[in-house]
Amino acid sequence: MGCMLILGATSDIARAVARRFAGEGWRLILAARSTASLLRLSTDIQVRTGREVVSVSFDVLDINSHKDFWGNLPECPDAVFCAVGYLGDQKLAESDFSEVQRIVLINYLGILSILNLAAMAFEKNRKGLIIGVSSVAGERGRQSNYFYGSAKAGFTAYLSGLRNRLSPASVQVLTVQPGFVMTAMTQNMKLPPLLTAQPDEVAEDILRATQKGKDVIYTKWFWRYIICLVRLIPEKLFKRLKL
Amino acid sequence: MQLSNWGQYPKVNTTLHHIRTDEHACHLLSLNASLIARGLGRCYGDSALNDQAVLSSIYCDHLIDFNPATGVLVCEAGISLAMLLRIFVPRGWFLPVTPGTKLVTVGGAVASDVHGKNHHVAGTFCRHVLWLELLSSEENILRCSTTENPDLFQSTCGGQGLTGIILRVAFRLVPISTVYIRQETIKTRNLEEIMDCFEHSANWHYSVAWIDCLQTGTGLGRSIMIRGEHANIEDIDTIKACVPLIAPEKFSLAVPINLPRFTLNIWSAKAFNAIYYGHHAEGTTNQIVDLDSFFYPLDAIQEWNRIYGKRGFLQYQCVIPRAAAQEGLTHILNRIARSGMGSFLAVLKLFGLQEENGGILSFPMEGYTLALDFPVTPQAFSLLNELDAMVLDYGGRLYLAKDARMSCATFERGYATAIDRFRKIKTTCDPNHRFISLQSKRLGIGG
Repeated sequence: MGCMLILGATSDIARAVARRFAGEGWRLILAARSTASLLRLSTDIQVRTGREVVSVSFDVLDINSHKDFWGNLPECPDAVFCAVGYLGDQKLAESDFSEVQRIVLINYLGILSILNLAAMAFEKNRKGLIIGVSSVAGERGRQSNYFYGSAKAGFTAYLSGLRNRLSPASVQVLTVQPGFVMTAMTQNMKLPPLLTAQPDEVAEDILRATQKGKDVIYTKWFWRYIICLVRLIPEKLFKRLKL
Repeated sequence: MQLSNWGQYPKVNTTLHHIRTDEHACHLLSLNASLIARGLGRCYGDSALNDQAVLSSIYCDHLIDFNPATGVLVCEAGISLAMLLRIFVPRGWFLPVTPGTKLVTVGGAVASDVHGKNHHVAGTFCRHVLWLELLSSEENILRCSTTENPDLFQSTCGGQGLTGIILRVAFRLVPISTVYIRQETIKTRNLEEIMDCFEHSANWHYSVAWIDCLQTGTGLGRSIMIRGEHANIEDIDTIKACVPLIAPEKFSLAVPINLPRFTLNIWSAKAFNAIYYGHHAEGTTNQIVDLDSFFYPLDAIQEWNRIYGKRGFLQYQCVIPRAAAQEGLTHILNRIARSGMGSFLAVLKLFGLQEENGGILSFPMEGYTLALDFPVTPQAFSLLNELDAMVLDYGGRLYLAKDARMSCATFERGYATAIDRFRKIKTTCDPNHRFISLQSKRLGIGG
């Protein structure tokens, strides 16, 4: 197994993915802003696997630092998993543009900046794996979260284009479209239990998808069909729904 | 949200918060005047319920340190025993004590001071705990052990979360050389035989019996004794010996919905018991089984609590001192058989001596423990009240982790020697009674 860089490593999905992939024998480089939580997670995985885990500080907002960040990694990773995400405050964003900037910077621009560096390296090596966690919120804009949703829509399109570009270089690009997941991000929402995945389930789905060489996965799987139905609602009707 | 524990009774409307970090736990503590910590909610009754705030530890599931030279593991309280087994069994380590389900957290195992099939040799879970860290009502993190804050340690072990929030635990794992158990089952015809069998099983590491609680007369207490030892490499066949620490994959089933109440009745229970008893060969049978089949047969059926329907069930676990056990169990089993409410799964086990300086409210005492399930019905409540009186008359008591209904008087008589000391410590460490459960209110354990 190779080496995987995990961006946004302290998110719940990333934590589950880190543990799952470490269990499969991957070497990990954990990257996130909060060093205290990083240390807690890297210690956890070291004790779990008995292997060393590297952790590095990474700030997605500090775009100018990304080149150095990538250049200073202890080794060139074979895979990048990006779980960076920020739901933001929709209401605030409607009146305060700085919140919009923050949402777009974290969920879109910042991620593109670092993934571009990975893409270049992987294209040159003619191998690699890029996994991006997008969101079903990006599949159709809704009044409750369209700033976040539109940034994720952009990210989904980016991953699709990247996949198209890197396919000849045999680099796998996997788009992960989670529906509801029980995480810190959603802890104040009332989620329907049957539609909601645990981070561990998402991690398991991602592991399987990488093994099978998939391009896009929905997790839980039935979200593919839910989204299909949501897309089918005519705009005339959709615009009147309270979603 | 509506919350209940494994027995699905009682249900309570409350707010569930997930603790993320120590600071977050302090923050949640400062926001709520009355609360209780909770792990995976596998206690059966109302010990992990509070109608104002419940603080879940399941995201505090990080490992902190493991020393392969000593087997000492330091971990956060929210990690499940299942996860620990997944990590450590392949490396040749097992839990020092395990309850009949692995779907409990380490914090829960400490708070209930759980016991297992090896109680007669290994005692309860907390005997293997070196220290723990507790978030107290004053928002301090206190390290507790037999030497540091010993009163708090003894009241936290088995204290049902009433002393604070357990954040971290250090305890000792035990080495194993295979993932298999050398199991021996013995079919016994009545209570006398099974008790005799227990008395002669003292040198087996694990022992437990399934008991048919619907039999009367000469068959009263007929049982299947199941005892085991960790298998060595020489005990298992050559195919298994190639990967001695990895068990073959198994199917797991799930009960998808709460079953309608009529599924469970005296006839289906009788049929189940007859088939279970009948399918075991006469005399003694030897087998090699894996850890999961030996320790956690019910975990193979996810959400098995749903077979009792949405009204839920009551689990009843009592212990009767050794000297009074023969008479007491005869009396109790007769009463249960007569009620026609015998449960599918009844379990009998002989506890060993409980150590002096163990958990103050820990359940075990030297004697026989009997565990049964009853669907929630008015008749079940009155039957259990009758059983309470019998248990107390024989000097026994009930397990707090399984209880949802005993009276304050029953509790006080059963835990007579311990309760004053516990209340005193609780008043000192939690003067404003912030750590409260529905159970602690019902039983008047501080607050």
